[in-house]
Amino acid sequence: MAKLNLLLLLVLVVCALGLVTSQHKSRQLFSELERGQQRGRALEVEYGQLQLESSTWGLHSRVEKIAAGSLGMRAPDPRRVHVVEAAQ
Amino acid sequence: MSSASVPMLVRLPAWRARFALFALLAAFAVLAGRSAYLQSLKTGFLQEKGEARYARVLEVPATRGRIVDRNGEALAISTPVKSVWAIPEDFDASAAQLKSLAALLGQDARELQRRISGTERDFVYLKRQIPPQAAQRVAELGIGGVYQHSEFRRYYPGGETTAHVIGFTGVDDAGQEGIELAHQALLAGAAGSRRVIKDRLGGIVEDVESIRAARDGRDLTLALDSKIQNLAFGALKAAVETHKAKAGAIVALDVRSGEVLALANLPSYNPNNRARLTGAQLRNRVMTDTFEPGSTLKPFTVALAIELGRITPQTMIQTAPGTLTIAKYTIHDAHPESALSAAQVIQKSSNVGAAKIALGLPREEMHDLFRRVGFGAPPRLGFPGEAAGRLRAAKSWRPVEQATMAYGHGISVSLIQLARAYTVFARDGELVPLSLVRTGMPAAGKRVLSADVARSVRAMLEAAVQPGGTAPRARVVGWRVAGKTGTAHKQENGTYAANRYVSSFVGFAPVSDPRLLIAVMLDEPAAGQHYGGQAAAPVFSQVMQGALRMLGAPHDAPLAPLEMPGGGEEARENT
Repeated sequence: MAKLNLLLLLVLVVCALGLVTSQHKSRQLFSELERGQQRGRALEVEYGQLQLESSTWGLHSRVEKIAAGSLGMRAPDPRRVHVVEAAQ
Repeated sequence: MSSASVPMLVRLPAWRARFALFALLAAFAVLAGRSAYLQSLKTGFLQEKGEARYARVLEVPATRGRIVDRNGEALAISTPVKSVWAIPEDFDASAAQLKSLAALLGQDARELQRRISGTERDFVYLKRQIPPQAAQRVAELGIGGVYQHSEFRRYYPGGETTAHVIGFTGVDDAGQEGIELAHQALLAGAAGSRRVIKDRLGGIVEDVESIRAARDGRDLTLALDSKIQNLAFGALKAAVETHKAKAGAIVALDVRSGEVLALANLPSYNPNNRARLTGAQLRNRVMTDTFEPGSTLKPFTVALAIELGRITPQTMIQTAPGTLTIAKYTIHDAHPESALSAAQVIQKSSNVGAAKIALGLPREEMHDLFRRVGFGAPPRLGFPGEAAGRLRAAKSWRPVEQATMAYGHGISVSLIQLARAYTVFARDGELVPLSLVRTGMPAAGKRVLSADVARSVRAMLEAAVQPGGTAPRARVVGWRVAGKTGTAHKQENGTYAANRYVSSFVGFAPVSDPRLLIAVMLDEPAAGQHYGGQAAAPVFSQVMQGALRMLGAPHDAPLAPLEMPGGGEEARENT
């Protein structure tokens, strides 16, 4: 009887320690998850800002100004345009 | 006394022991009662108090959806910013701190001090919506009593170009104008909240429950093509400046799908900086303003007359001597002709001819056609403040009114209504439902005219932009164009002003297989050229040329430079 009790006590101690460890691990993982989510949100914010930046740099009026101004581009004269029919 | 060495048995009174026992039992009973009370009756309250020591409810912010154009280019994006606020009672800053705070917020230090100390309130916004980097620097100053919280700010990369379509949101992130208002329910996110357990250091250690899941706003894809939009806005702006017009508006529609590819107004505003806004800048003239369209309505009258079998395109109409008097009212033609065919009435834009054709038609039929092409009712695009225009009931029309309505006076429409009505000619008699949101598929139209009639009117509209018509300047290189000018006197205090006009042009291309329909309107061009063919048609031509190239529409006309007519060669309309 005493032997069984001792064995059960041992099992109990092991279980209790296991519980503590798993709780600790779960909290660690959770804080990692939390950090990951925070990073995800920060990246999303950055994505929005980059999108904003890209559409500001890519404004058609700006592109047009650069094309016509510093690059000297213009629409071709219609007399010099040849339309090629796509062969079916 | 007896001897002290002999212990004596003293009999204490029995009641003392019983009293002690009773007192102990009573104390236990009180404890048991108290614990029962706490355990059963007050358990909820106590648990709540306990939880309050470690559990926290956190707000989970939600972002407002983006608005993008049909090619996925961003037109409106929300990004987080910080708002800085102070509790005046706790505010404690050294002179140097105050100075650097004022510099970071872009404010005057004394003004800032006055705002904080000169108030009775216990909460003052120092500055709303500053970039996160600046907010970080403010936090690093470590001034007591200064706090910040996160907010979202909406940015509009398109600026004034797309201002009237997109609209804007207020400081509380709710739509106030345009698409932002119309699609508020879809775009708005709902902030959620969740309960967590925090440790001593404030770190989250456990997620207890999600009270309300945060729902981010959905993204919205508009029908708008920002390249065409930019082209349209640029051309309109140039025209408004050249012709010194009070205002201008332009709308471009995809004929097949009914999608609105471009919609611009002038004067415009920058939605990113709305410090000094006037009502005129805010007005979306395409949608909410109505005007008397003038000659652009003539094709409808002629179409109805052909549909009813009263005339054919070749029927000659007596227009001499260039005036027509009905009751006390006289209708004039700018260039009197002795006789014109029905097709030439459109080409030369003869008021007398159109009036005579209209007088041969039952007024109910005319009213019915105007109704069916969408005049007098809002176009139902789901845009705030769409105008219905004015179309009076047929039984109140007198003959003179029926005649003037044939050339677009006595009736008022918005530019979008006019553009939509012209889809009837572009789509072989079908009226196309419009959409501001991308649909990406052909729209089913509603038949208004027979295909034959629509095609013959289309041929007349093509003649109107040829030399000898009213708008040779509307032509484009490489594609056949059809369209009609309008030049209407503006109404003022119930009469028509002699020298104030609304000039307009509505047209579509390529004629062989219409893809794009553009309507242009200039309000009070004051630089001498007020005819639709001179003021509005060139804008149409410029935008159409560029847009057809962008859409890659197959050419249906030779790629040869156009010969523009000299002075006097251009037919002019009177209305």
